[in-house]
Amino acid sequence: MTKPRNPRGTPYEEAAFPVFEFPVVGKARYEYTTGQALGRFLAGLREGKILGTVCKKCGRVFVPPRIYCSYCFREVDEWVEASHEGTVVTVVASYIEATRARAAEPKIVGVIKLDVPGFSFDDHFFPGLLHYICGASDEDVKSMKLFGARVRARFKPPEERKGSITDIECFEVVRP
Amino acid sequence: MTSRNLNFKHRVAVVGAGLTLFRRRLQETPQELAWLAAKQALEEAGLTLKDIDCVVIGSAPDAFDGVHMKGEYLAEGAGGIGKPVVRVFVGGATGVFVPIAAWWHVASGLCKRVLAVAEEKMSHAAKPHPQYVFRYIWDPIVEKPLNPNLLWIFAMEMHRYMYKCGVKKEDIALVSVKNKRNACGHPSAQLCDPNIKVEDVLNSEVLVWPVQRLDVSPVSDGAAAVVLASEEEARRITDTPVWIKGIGWTLDTTHWTNRDLAFPEYVRRAAEMAYRMAGIDNPRKQIDVAEPYDPFDYKELHHMEGLGLARKCEAPILTREGVTQRDGDLPINPSGGLLGVGNPIAAAGLMKVAEIFWQIRGEAGARQVKKPVYTGLAQAWGDLMQAGTVVVMGI
Repeated sequence: MTKPRNPRGTPYEEAAFPVFEFPVVGKARYEYTTGQALGRFLAGLREGKILGTVCKKCGRVFVPPRIYCSYCFREVDEWVEASHEGTVVTVVASYIEATRARAAEPKIVGVIKLDVPGFSFDDHFFPGLLHYICGASDEDVKSMKLFGARVRARFKPPEERKGSITDIECFEVVRP
Repeated sequence: MTSRNLNFKHRVAVVGAGLTLFRRRLQETPQELAWLAAKQALEEAGLTLKDIDCVVIGSAPDAFDGVHMKGEYLAEGAGGIGKPVVRVFVGGATGVFVPIAAWWHVASGLCKRVLAVAEEKMSHAAKPHPQYVFRYIWDPIVEKPLNPNLLWIFAMEMHRYMYKCGVKKEDIALVSVKNKRNACGHPSAQLCDPNIKVEDVLNSEVLVWPVQRLDVSPVSDGAAAVVLASEEEARRITDTPVWIKGIGWTLDTTHWTNRDLAFPEYVRRAAEMAYRMAGIDNPRKQIDVAEPYDPFDYKELHHMEGLGLARKCEAPILTREGVTQRDGDLPINPSGGLLGVGNPIAAAGLMKVAEIFWQIRGEAGARQVKKPVYTGLAQAWGDLMQAGTVVVMGI
């Protein structure tokens, strides 16, 4: 005896009228509020600054910023400007698009642990952003050479910035 | 920390389980799938819907089935009409959260017999691909504009784990090979492959390095169900109830770019909660069989470490030595897991609980592990690498 006994279900190919297509979402679009913390963060990006917030009670620095420390559950104390430089903590090479279609070129993306003058961070909790890594190939990902590499934010020219995470084009490898 | 959180009125047992087939596309509607699994679980327990006091439903994002209020919608097929019904949701961790929620319905004394049903139909999100629906999980301000694919975060976690623990892709691929072979003993399985080799995994399509197609579980439709009962009722229903000995669940922050991904803290905390309740202080010795969540092959290793079934960075070594095979000292995912049986998200998690139920009762047939089973564990994980859910079961 092997359970489950005779599990039921009809493989799709066997059915006469398998699906009915309907565009549920259609032309609906979301307009997400940026919030107090990320609103100011985006304004900072337009000026070429990466902003974060600090909780003086536990010493955490939040990038992306929040208005509260979710650990001490109190309001953060102040804003700080992070450096444009940081360290790659993890990195991958994407050969597919969001749609699952094959990408024309592999895209290198990773998490960057940012430097903040006057603070130091361990591996456990740190100011970090998801972003593209440029100046590196998928082979550099596979060889794991990029772990620990130093990178620097490459901002778009001021007139092209519009208050978006994409105001940073990518983080460029400055020292492998 | 409290010694053991034992402030509940009733011990709770699982007395029946049911599953549908797991397939890429099934013709049945979500309601019909829920009904097939629920009916089988009731029949196995020798009960009818009249015997059920309350219903708990679990299903992951509404966007897959393409139905909002999925809990209310599924209630029809899950036996919930005219009864107290609740739907729970913690992303991929939902499947193991369903029996946890059902447990507190019974443990509190509120309900005596509870039907718990999990369903997922990923095939509805057909165009361009079910993966696309996952974009709603990302932060809309700082992440979505980068046009991410959900696989990115897993690839990042896998790569960080490989870097920190010095693990090779070949070692991780062994998990996929084991689970897809194990699945050949499972009547519901979508991806049984008795001949699969490590090279097949390493030669499969590269999606987001280091994740390749055979490192990741498939898109699936399916449903699962279990019946839970209080001690008094369980003893009336069956001679072989399987007790829920411990439950645990926790959430970490959605801000996943701020923390180390090499170790699943959310699983460790959930496991500690469940172990405290179950009186387990040495899981490696006291757990006989485990079904950790394996939507990716590295995740099985990662979760074994979070559950304390292996030390940090030790799970790949245990796997290479055959310890985690069905005839090994610590069988892991004897069902075939998500990599082998399939991954209809919430249903896949509950399938793991059903597997431990059948393993403890000695009813897993071709999949029955070699060693005697007294205590087993099922675990799931979800959202932005945040949610951990753990159930410890035993005789």
